[in-house]
Amino acid sequence: MLFQQIAQNKRRTFFLVILFSVLVLALGWAIGYLVNNDSVSGVLITLVILVFYVPITYMTASSQVLRMSGAQEVTEAEEPELYHIVEELALAARLPMPKVYLIQDPSPNAFATGIKPEKAAVAFTTGLVSKLNREELEGVAAHELGHIRNYDIRLMTVCIALVGVITLIAEFGSRMLFFGGGRRNNDRNGRANPILLILALVFVIVAPIAGQFVRLAVSRNREYLADATAVEFTRNPQGLIHALEKISADPHDVQEATNATAAMYISPPLGKNRRSRASLWATHPSTADRIARLEAM
Amino acid sequence: MLPWIIVIAVIAILVIFVIASYNSLVKYRNWIGESWSQIDVQLKRRHDLIPNLVNTVKGYAKHEQETLDKVIQARNQLVQGSPQERIEADNQIQGALKSIFALSEAYPDLKANQNFLKLQEELSTTENKVAYARQLYNKTVADYNIKRESFPTNILAGMFNFTKRDTLTIPEAEREAPTVTF
Repeated sequence: MLFQQIAQNKRRTFFLVILFSVLVLALGWAIGYLVNNDSVSGVLITLVILVFYVPITYMTASSQVLRMSGAQEVTEAEEPELYHIVEELALAARLPMPKVYLIQDPSPNAFATGIKPEKAAVAFTTGLVSKLNREELEGVAAHELGHIRNYDIRLMTVCIALVGVITLIAEFGSRMLFFGGGRRNNDRNGRANPILLILALVFVIVAPIAGQFVRLAVSRNREYLADATAVEFTRNPQGLIHALEKISADPHDVQEATNATAAMYISPPLGKNRRSRASLWATHPSTADRIARLEAM
Repeated sequence: MLPWIIVIAVIAILVIFVIASYNSLVKYRNWIGESWSQIDVQLKRRHDLIPNLVNTVKGYAKHEQETLDKVIQARNQLVQGSPQERIEADNQIQGALKSIFALSEAYPDLKANQNFLKLQEELSTTENKVAYARQLYNKTVADYNIKRESFPTNILAGMFNFTKRDTLTIPEAEREAPTVTF
């Protein structure tokens, strides 16, 4: 079960890369066709962007996420209890000890990052550490270590990077289309097919949205699995249940969280005051659903 | 020509199977050793921490000599004897430590002592680590035994002397989630 999950995640990462790469290249084709009636250079330009952007994001994502969220590394001497909790669960999960980070923020939340378990880090907000008891903190740390062991972070990082590329190219393309005059070379090859033209236009608009949907669906799915893994480590669903209740009851957003990093947190760090969020647009399943599944364990 | 290819293919598949099963048995055996050494490290750490705790508590709670003696006596069992005996000694100590931490409620000075608080945190994390390492150890042993006894890996296990291992049995009451009945 466990090894299948990890293998499945690695397979999924691979297929996502292929799927998104095709999507990105198709987008390049569409924009090339729309802007200059020159699909080949459109595809070439997107290929170059893809080849550079994705590996660079993949390599630097962890440090970027930690920096963007204002996390500071802490030692055992500075935060003995928190450090020990992570140490205990790393032992239970047979994982190397990840680095422990603290974010100065009163809103309780946490996330894990790192492409490989050897380079992983877990970050907790100061609000989480002060509001949760040891049992609840154990539940949260176990959830984060679950993400690390299941290689969810690799999958999510690749997803975020690829959706980033799609958004970037789509934005770039639509700017060229609307502000650059567009189709300057009409005369050179004026027989553009109107149906293809409309299709390409629709594609440029739809592609970023579709990419977001895929990313969010993957993200929600991984949360359930990490909850289950956390219980496998702690053998105690109550800790995580109480932690999720406390985290979702807190009315404050995490200051340094952004839309790009929101999916990494244990519970949605943004939009806490907007109650009615459509579930298709959510990075996480609803807390009620997660607690219901935990209670069934 | 074709029969030869088939024969070679069958031999190759057999060899690959033998190598893969053997390696996975070896991996599990090493994991068992590794998870035991995690328990071992934590038990030794507890053995080292207990004198500090006793010395700290002694200064504040002179009337609790009996509990302290019990801890000191059980302490040596942490680093001697079979794995099962050591785990049982740790379980006894755990009970005695609980009462020491509980009696700190009656001694406000002790409860405010930084050293005592630090030792309390250290001892509880080592206790949790023993529990988690034991959980991991038992899980690994169970997986190993299943692998060892399943056909056809059991043929290899017999040939290369992969012996059956025992799990560490201890009342796990403190780890179990309470069952609530209405």
